[in-house]
Amino acid sequence: MLLWATILVLLAGGAIAWLAEAWNKDLPRWVSVGSIVIAGLLMVPLFVSTPQTVLLADTESEWLAVSSSTWIPRFGITLLVGIDGLSLLMVALTLLLGVVAVASSWSEIDYRPGFFQFNLMWTLAGVVGVFVALDLFLFFLFWEVMLIPMYFLIAIWGHEERGYAAMKFFLFTQVSGLLMLVSIVALVLVHHSNSGVLTFNYFDLLGIPISEGVAFYLMLGFFIAFVVKLPGFPFHTWLPDAHTQAPTAASVLLAGILLKTGAYGLIRFTVPLFPGAAIEIAQFAMVLGVVGIIYGAILAFAQTDFKRLVAYSSVSHMGFVLLGVYAWNELTLQGSVMQMVAHGLSTAALFMLAGALQHRLHTRDMSKMGGLWQDMPRMGAIAMFFFVASLGMPGLGNFVGEFLVLLGAFKVNIVITVIASIGLISAAIYALIAMQKVFQGAPTAGRALNDLDTREVLVMVLMMLGLVGLGMYPQPVFDLVDPVLASLYEFSGAAEGTQGAWTGDGQ
Amino acid sequence: MSAAELYVLLPVIVLSGTICVLLLAIAFARNFNVSVVISVLGLLTTLATIPLVLAAGPTQVTPLIRVDAFGLMFTGLILLACLAVSLLAFDYFRNRGELQDEFFVLLLSSALGGAILTMSTHFAAFILGLELLGVSLYAMISYPAKGLSSLEAALKYLILSGVSSAFILFGIALVFAITGTMDFATLKNFAGVEAPDQGYGLMLMAGFAMLLAGVMFKLSLVPFHMWTPDVYEGAPAPVTAFVATVSKGAIFAVLLRFMWTTRFYEYEAVLAGLSMVAIASMLVGNLLALLQDNVKRVLAYSSIAHLGYLLVALIAGGVTGGKELAVEASSVFLVAYFITTLGAFGVVSAMSHDELERDADMLVAYQGLVWRRPLLALVFSAMLLSLAGIPLTVGFIGKFYLFIAGVDSQMWVLIATLIVGSGIGLYYYLRIIFTMISRPGDVVTDGVSPLTSSWVVVTLTVVLVWLGVYPTPLIALITEMIDSLV
Repeated sequence: MLLWATILVLLAGGAIAWLAEAWNKDLPRWVSVGSIVIAGLLMVPLFVSTPQTVLLADTESEWLAVSSSTWIPRFGITLLVGIDGLSLLMVALTLLLGVVAVASSWSEIDYRPGFFQFNLMWTLAGVVGVFVALDLFLFFLFWEVMLIPMYFLIAIWGHEERGYAAMKFFLFTQVSGLLMLVSIVALVLVHHSNSGVLTFNYFDLLGIPISEGVAFYLMLGFFIAFVVKLPGFPFHTWLPDAHTQAPTAASVLLAGILLKTGAYGLIRFTVPLFPGAAIEIAQFAMVLGVVGIIYGAILAFAQTDFKRLVAYSSVSHMGFVLLGVYAWNELTLQGSVMQMVAHGLSTAALFMLAGALQHRLHTRDMSKMGGLWQDMPRMGAIAMFFFVASLGMPGLGNFVGEFLVLLGAFKVNIVITVIASIGLISAAIYALIAMQKVFQGAPTAGRALNDLDTREVLVMVLMMLGLVGLGMYPQPVFDLVDPVLASLYEFSGAAEGTQGAWTGDGQ
Repeated sequence: MSAAELYVLLPVIVLSGTICVLLLAIAFARNFNVSVVISVLGLLTTLATIPLVLAAGPTQVTPLIRVDAFGLMFTGLILLACLAVSLLAFDYFRNRGELQDEFFVLLLSSALGGAILTMSTHFAAFILGLELLGVSLYAMISYPAKGLSSLEAALKYLILSGVSSAFILFGIALVFAITGTMDFATLKNFAGVEAPDQGYGLMLMAGFAMLLAGVMFKLSLVPFHMWTPDVYEGAPAPVTAFVATVSKGAIFAVLLRFMWTTRFYEYEAVLAGLSMVAIASMLVGNLLALLQDNVKRVLAYSSIAHLGYLLVALIAGGVTGGKELAVEASSVFLVAYFITTLGAFGVVSAMSHDELERDADMLVAYQGLVWRRPLLALVFSAMLLSLAGIPLTVGFIGKFYLFIAGVDSQMWVLIATLIVGSGIGLYYYLRIIFTMISRPGDVVTDGVSPLTSSWVVVTLTVVLVWLGVYPTPLIALITEMIDSLV
């Protein structure tokens, strides 16, 4: 019930924000912030509550909260939602970046701020739904529903090519989503013909016997949907357009949390539902991950558009996540989750900086920038921090994520790991070059620019603290997600007996 | 005919009575408002008789008609659609000249034809209903007689529809020549059985093929779809809504009953043919919709594609023998299609105020609509998202059923085409939505949204979302309906 309350608070907040526009142009933003905070407070008890044990296909797993009620009995569809450590971490990230997104839209959006906040809040609600839904039908519903407000955000408030970018974003995700729907339906019908029970319940569908060939195709439906969202090479082409054209707040949400739904789906659904088939495709997926890492880095290096550069760097960083998920051992999974959180924070911050630059300079073209540190020292220093975080400086969250992925993947495939680690070097190249082009060099004379204001600095400091915390003391995050990863790992290993032994030796 | 048989015919009788009352009222004193009130009251009364008749249980009335839950549910759907159309027509025709009363006579007699179609179990009743529906429609399409385009549309429909009726009649004649019966229930004895003489079997198949070709014309399936965009564009918006829903829905209902009762699924050649038609409709409809700048034409091509989708559900019944699932899936999809299509054309109708030369069907008229007339834009967006099959709308439930039916019968080629079609479809639906949310240009003569039409489309939107979020009542109703089929 708590989970539904959270989602409803976000939905209602969006609706109220829309209505509030009629009274006052500033009110919608406050409504948004208020409802995100309320949603966050609702989540607090979960951090301290004791987990309940749920039987996950003969393997016990721990859930912090589970709630279910009937919905469409004809197909055994229920309103089953549940939250465990992994989901909680993702929801927390979602709400945090929600506040960041609202803050970044504070002075940027003048046109219909109420409707803007409405779409923002409904995107958040959809994403939270994705992270907690445990009925596959419900999951699919949230998966699709979060697209529409995001489409509106890009299509109404985006930059010059917004129509094209919004359309591309929607088409890619929707069509790949339909493939997943076919897989879901087929999985349910396979289970139906085995057992005579029609259900979309995640727990019931785990570990059902599926013949090998069928399982592979079903897995492929899920895999494509999630890899498009992640995005993995070669399905990434929607991302640079969508991220570049979106308004700052939408870029923050896209890069910060929407991409993570893809990674979450792989960890939660694709591999546990089809462990055998996942092994078949593991090598291929890892290669895709590495190609993404290198390809994203090279293209990031070639960009002149600041947002496009950050967008391609996302492709590169999410390659590590894909690599980590399909190397599928304790270290790489921890690394992937850490990378998801750290990348969420650092990229969101970089997109905010891009937004702040565009707001002041009315361009994203880096060749027209240069020497900005002189004009805006605070922004320069903050940008330096996040670029350095993004290139994987030890001591910050991104390093922990990428390092763990590489460490774990080394045990699985040495060649791939060696190539992947080149990504760390190339990240340094494009990040530092961007830093040089934008902030260093001779300043243009006669340019009066306002440095970041208190609100912006406050948000930035919040994210800096987050990254430092993740980098210096990542243990709380691991404590939160380890039991989940362990049970998923154990389950998929136990089901096939072909996975390596669960080492359980911590970090 | 016994009293019980007369009693179950109550919906048909009340509807016919309403037509007589309306005709008399027009003959004595012409008053547009009175005509509307009579039609609406008549439709409501007819709707009210349905639960009464439903309680009486399935009854065969003469060999021609069977009154059962299946027929009654589709009759109810048709009547509700007619109610929506008459309310839309009230706003649309109110200020367009003097002689608008007869429109409602035509509308009601069309509805009567549709009702008879949904209940027919015999080729005679089938033809009766078909022609009653069709002949009234010719006049409705050309009703305003304002411009050439509606006249052209009506003429086109008249000629092509006449030809297709001829096809159907000849098909029936061939079937009758072989089997000696026009009764659906007797026809089932011939299903799957090879006729002793090869020539006779061929003749039977030719008969069915001609019959189906005629039906496909009425359903605007490829390759019999040519009339659709022109008629949709030329007809007044409320009539377009009627053509898209009632006329197709009634014929689809009789097709469902025909395939069910005659065990038509056992003719494999028929299923193969239908599959090809379904694939062609999904692809051609969606691809041609991409090229349109006219909202009515976009919706016309999209309806061709949607009938293709509907056919997927219908065919699914043949492959594993899951007839129940096939009927359930296509009924749910059809209900979704009714709600969505009525809503979409309702918006076009509400936009088309009487000072305009033509209906507000060009895409330009919708630029920035969200900011100019938020209510209509919101409704239209909901309808378009439902057509695209996005969750939380009833259109998604319909599409979900298609996937269930398609996967259950393992028709992967049809499923793949469905996905491709939906992907293409998204593009042109989103293009309309994008036009509506782009900032308004320097438009336009902008009327006030007519009140009645606004209520109609808002109600449809509420139903659309309600059934999209909680489809259980609809599913329960339809499963109950299937039990009544024999």
